[in-house]
Amino acid sequence: MTTERASPSLLARLLQGPVLPVLVMVGVLVVVWYGAAIALNAPFARSMAADPAQFGFADLVEATLSQDRPVLPAPHQVFVELEKSVFELPVTSKRSLVLHGWVTLSSTLVGFGLGAVLGLLLAVAIVHVKSLEKSLMFWIVSSQTVPILAVAPIVIVVLGAIGITGLVPKAIISAYLCFFPVTIGMVKGLTSPERLHVDLMRTWDATPAQTFWRLRLPASVPFLFTSLEVAIAASLVGAIVGELPTGAQAGLGARLLAGSYYGQTIQIWAALFAAAVLAASMVGLVRLIERAVLTAMGGRR
Amino acid sequence: MPVSPSVASAPVAEASDPEAAPRHVVIDAKGLNLTFDTADGLVHALSDVDLTVREGEFVSFIGPSGCGKTTLLRVIADLEQATGGSITVGGVSPADARAARLYGYVFQSAALLPWRNVLANVTLPLEIFGVPPAERLERATRNLELVNLKGFEKKFPWQLSGGMQQRASIARALAYDPQLLLMDEPFGALDEIVRDKLNLQLLKLWAETAKTVIFVTHSIPEAVFLSSKIVVMSPRPGRIIDVIDCDLPRDRGLEIRESQRFLDIAHRVREGLRAGHSYDD
Repeated sequence: MTTERASPSLLARLLQGPVLPVLVMVGVLVVVWYGAAIALNAPFARSMAADPAQFGFADLVEATLSQDRPVLPAPHQVFVELEKSVFELPVTSKRSLVLHGWVTLSSTLVGFGLGAVLGLLLAVAIVHVKSLEKSLMFWIVSSQTVPILAVAPIVIVVLGAIGITGLVPKAIISAYLCFFPVTIGMVKGLTSPERLHVDLMRTWDATPAQTFWRLRLPASVPFLFTSLEVAIAASLVGAIVGELPTGAQAGLGARLLAGSYYGQTIQIWAALFAAAVLAASMVGLVRLIERAVLTAMGGRR
Repeated sequence: MPVSPSVASAPVAEASDPEAAPRHVVIDAKGLNLTFDTADGLVHALSDVDLTVREGEFVSFIGPSGCGKTTLLRVIADLEQATGGSITVGGVSPADARAARLYGYVFQSAALLPWRNVLANVTLPLEIFGVPPAERLERATRNLELVNLKGFEKKFPWQLSGGMQQRASIARALAYDPQLLLMDEPFGALDEIVRDKLNLQLLKLWAETAKTVIFVTHSIPEAVFLSSKIVVMSPRPGRIIDVIDCDLPRDRGLEIRESQRFLDIAHRVREGLRAGHSYDD
């Protein structure tokens, strides 16, 4: 029947689309994870067994997957912790991941904004002033070879000494990480117009500003979004790293640090997952905006 | 063997101009030279080029690649600067002519901005010149009608065929009503049937707008069919071999290509190209 061919069944679409491979991968990972959790938590479980002789495999599995502070928590433990700390606890609770996530997200977004603007301005300067390319580029690349873990405490301490604490220092560390991909991507994007188009603007005696707004900037939009995707993920890493050296009270980084102080491995993993979900949603949001913008700019490029 | 300059000034079919009154000189080049300093040494792109183009003429530059025809067009447009000799465009230097938006340039490819629809592409030069929005729209609409693209204003370039894209780029060049239209092999990338059609439309447009057109091509039939004057060029160094008045009636159809007069002129163009060693290798 032709109609069947025109609209394939849900199952057929599932088999063809990306859904099935992703599900299979997730399934494999969960199985591996459970295996690893049993193996890694086994020594402690055995040592705690009242009667090692009676301790069978079923007991071992049960014991390894329900420890309070396992070496590697089982997926369901992390899931339960996530559910509790995201949905059940009030947002004001010190254990609420919504609270900690928001603290980290706010400095991520401020840092991302700062970094993107800085990266953009640097790219514009480099593209328009030839001598800047050689002088600035060296420092821009060098800045990224310095480990952020070494820079972060310095920024926190120095800014703390002059009374700036909280969101701003973390946002600055975020910006430090995320301006780089924006600068590199936008230098490429702003110089991407063909010779032909540049000549065309010249035949109209267009000013550099007119050429920038009407040719260089629109031509660089695909490059901009690719860099922003990288930048926003880097920005989150920066915000979390910025929360580590201060012994910050709040934020996903603080949660990770507190978890490792007290051996709360389930808490660490839950914070880790929250960070991953946050990063994925931000990248996804950038992609959605990208799609909308490129569609408005004529669709096919 | 270098061709003596006398060939260029050889008697040509004079008095082709029906109006006796001499028209304004739009382009006046004397002893124009241009050498490019490339990695492979000096390249003599233009050598002692003398050229006069009068108002309302349709002048074709024809020759093999490397003969400097595009370079000459780019010198007129101030996209390249001559290294010797003198040239005026509309009575002023090419740089001033460009600043005065005296000419519209049509490139080999349409060069439409892919993120702008057809209408926005045609209004782009007007935006740059600071023309008010209402007038931009009016002029763009009128010129799109002139190139038969009415109804395609909201389409993006990729939704148009190659011929339509090139027509849109011609509308863009005409939008600010320049007195001079510079066209660099505008139909070179199109198939012959589309090219014939666009040639007819271009002739009609030339008749309607009374613009001066300079047209670069490497097709002999195209040059003879379109032009009122044909400039035959030759490479290494790029120079003018012959200037031929093409005195076919202004109101010409495709069938004129079978007429004896057409064939005679085409023959003379071919002879010029041969004299310039364009067929040697």
